[in-house]
Amino acid sequence: MTHSPRVVVLSGGLSHERDVSLRSGRRVAEALRLAQVEVTVHDVDADLIPMLSDIRPDVVWPILHGASGEDGSIRDVLELLDLAYVGTGPRSSRIAWSKPVAKSVVARAGISTPDYVTLPQSLFRELGAQAVMNAVVAKIGLPLVVKPSRGGSALGVTLVRSIAELPRAMVTCFAYGDVALLERAVTGTEVAVSVIETADGCQALPPVEIVTDGPYDYDARYNPGRTEYFAPARVTAEQAETVARTAIEAHKALGLRHISRTDLILEADGSIQFLEVNVAPGMTETSLFPQAALAGGRELPELYRSIVETARVRQDS
Amino acid sequence: MTSLTPPTPGTRLDPWFGAYAQRAHNMRASEVRALFAVVNRPEVVSLAGGMPYLEGLPLGVIADTMQRVIATQGTTALQYGSGQGLEELREQILDVMRLEGIDAHPDDVVVTTGSQQALDLVTRIFIDPGDVIVAEAPSYVGALGVFRSYQADIVHVPIDGDGLIPEALEETLTRLAAQGRRVKFLYTIPNFHNPAGVTLSLERRPRILEIARRHGVLVIEDNPYGLLGFSHDPLPAMRSTDEEGVLYLGSFSKTFAPGFRVGWVVAPHAVREKLVLASESAILCPSNASQMAISAYLSTSDWKGQIKSFRELYRERRDAMVGALAEHLPDASWTVPDGGFYTWVKLPDGLDSKSMLPRAVTGRVAYVPGTAFFADGSGADHMRLSYCFPTPERIREGVRRLAAVVNAERELVEIFGTSPSPDDVTDIDNPGPDSL
Repeated sequence: MTHSPRVVVLSGGLSHERDVSLRSGRRVAEALRLAQVEVTVHDVDADLIPMLSDIRPDVVWPILHGASGEDGSIRDVLELLDLAYVGTGPRSSRIAWSKPVAKSVVARAGISTPDYVTLPQSLFRELGAQAVMNAVVAKIGLPLVVKPSRGGSALGVTLVRSIAELPRAMVTCFAYGDVALLERAVTGTEVAVSVIETADGCQALPPVEIVTDGPYDYDARYNPGRTEYFAPARVTAEQAETVARTAIEAHKALGLRHISRTDLILEADGSIQFLEVNVAPGMTETSLFPQAALAGGRELPELYRSIVETARVRQDS
Repeated sequence: MTSLTPPTPGTRLDPWFGAYAQRAHNMRASEVRALFAVVNRPEVVSLAGGMPYLEGLPLGVIADTMQRVIATQGTTALQYGSGQGLEELREQILDVMRLEGIDAHPDDVVVTTGSQQALDLVTRIFIDPGDVIVAEAPSYVGALGVFRSYQADIVHVPIDGDGLIPEALEETLTRLAAQGRRVKFLYTIPNFHNPAGVTLSLERRPRILEIARRHGVLVIEDNPYGLLGFSHDPLPAMRSTDEEGVLYLGSFSKTFAPGFRVGWVVAPHAVREKLVLASESAILCPSNASQMAISAYLSTSDWKGQIKSFRELYRERRDAMVGALAEHLPDASWTVPDGGFYTWVKLPDGLDSKSMLPRAVTGRVAYVPGTAFFADGSGADHMRLSYCFPTPERIREGVRRLAAVVNAERELVEIFGTSPSPDDVTDIDNPGPDSL
């Protein structure tokens, strides 16, 4: 019989999403402790590598949102240290972290995704901002969504309804990164589908439907009240099956591992649009992943422990 | 065949969402607040927080003092106390205030849990929803948060290098009176203003008091920094010449240590009685242990010498700040404070300190956007920089990083010919204790 795993949860970091990461890390650690797992929570700082080298945990769970956490770099370090960890490997993390790259990968796998264009800040300078914005609107149409090509928690994201709003949206976006993704805004039922890999295989948790009184922005995500969640989503069984299949296909097409969350729009005509995927989904008290797990009848302590066990077995094998 | 899954009720993740008081609806986490989560990391040079440099305190002496308080008077220190505060400390507070010309009686003093609680109490006893509070533009973010929570209507009055402008105050009060608006009080930080760094000139003080008196408006004089001047003795407090028309708020947070959470308010008799009752209903009594520790410190240590040493330390840091600004951000402008913790920086045209904050966090430097200091969402063209906590070397490095952020933002504004300006006040929240 194997001993109870010793786990180091990594949370914090220096990204714009540090606050969310700290909250997620605390939640996961609490749940794991309830499942008799020995857990240490650690920030990403100069003490990290000596600590990991010293205690050699059975599994590391990086719950780091934003750069270094989701761009694969911390996972590279865990590979260097030859440590088992929960989640996707560095290469696939890098692919998923870049929204346009992830969109092109899932599109090649036959999954629909809204029309988009990816433009660096430098291009607007070289070609003239107005000319570029005019071309974007002519091609993609309005409304459109401007978002940093990398990043989460809806930071720097703006829904643009008229071309006059576009310059301001671009400035907001470029404060978070040098490359912007401009994407056709699609309307429909917004659902998030979490995918897990445990001893039972790869499976989707029930979709969670998100209904807000405006954009699903930072305020709507982290202040209880403005957003109403339906878990499971108010969709037909057939639709639930389709979005689950789509999320699993995206998970596999992108080479993701153990845990992911895919954000989709279910359009009125029944078609499904892929928006983005998260390799380190939020695990706070208001996050979608734990809601999906609970809707699926899962107890978080046991679920998180089974994910840890899967990560450990993978390493052992 | 298509079939519906059993319907599930939606959740807003807060079963009491519909039960909150109206005043609670604007108490929300915001992007700005989230970005401040990185401020305490050592990689980030924080020019944001107004945290005193506690390494400058004789921590060993304070430890001995606290140990002695608990060992010899523990049953009192750890017990409930008086709602008005310990009499011995109130007498010592008179000694502190005498340095600014205030002549008061111990009975006039109400000890509070930091002057932030004094602000809350004063607002609680005077403000009904919709009442007007007049405050400087800009004004202390923590005060604006309190005022907003009591649903006050905050009207700003401009300041210049000599503090609140009397003519502007006169015009504002006259206009509000003509509109039939009831102004309950004027909130002012006369010395080394937070965030603007300016000081109300000696010449203007009686004029401001006269205008307020004539309009029947109470003056709330918030003075946490008055003893931290760099070049001259403390100016006479407004309260020193007007006992009935001024409520004076004092604090040990900036001259000693904020961790004790001890402040005070000096008020005329009738107001004071209400403040004590309000405080008792809120917290029963301020902490005896904190009050006794401060009292022991005041009676056994050279606290005036300590303040002098703080003044020299902060002056050196102020010099580092304005020197670095001149070197790295020559096309910005800023106030040169003669005391206190802050300088108020006007950014080059078109730049927006709030939208620039994520870029600054990426660049490992933090500041407080100017929008935090206005009730109406304006102030995006300014930022507050604090020089109290980082060493001079870190201040110079922080400003160097800030200049890189400003230059990158300027390029962006040049490209798009615009800069976002806040169009709502919902996310102009209190950025948290690290930023006060």
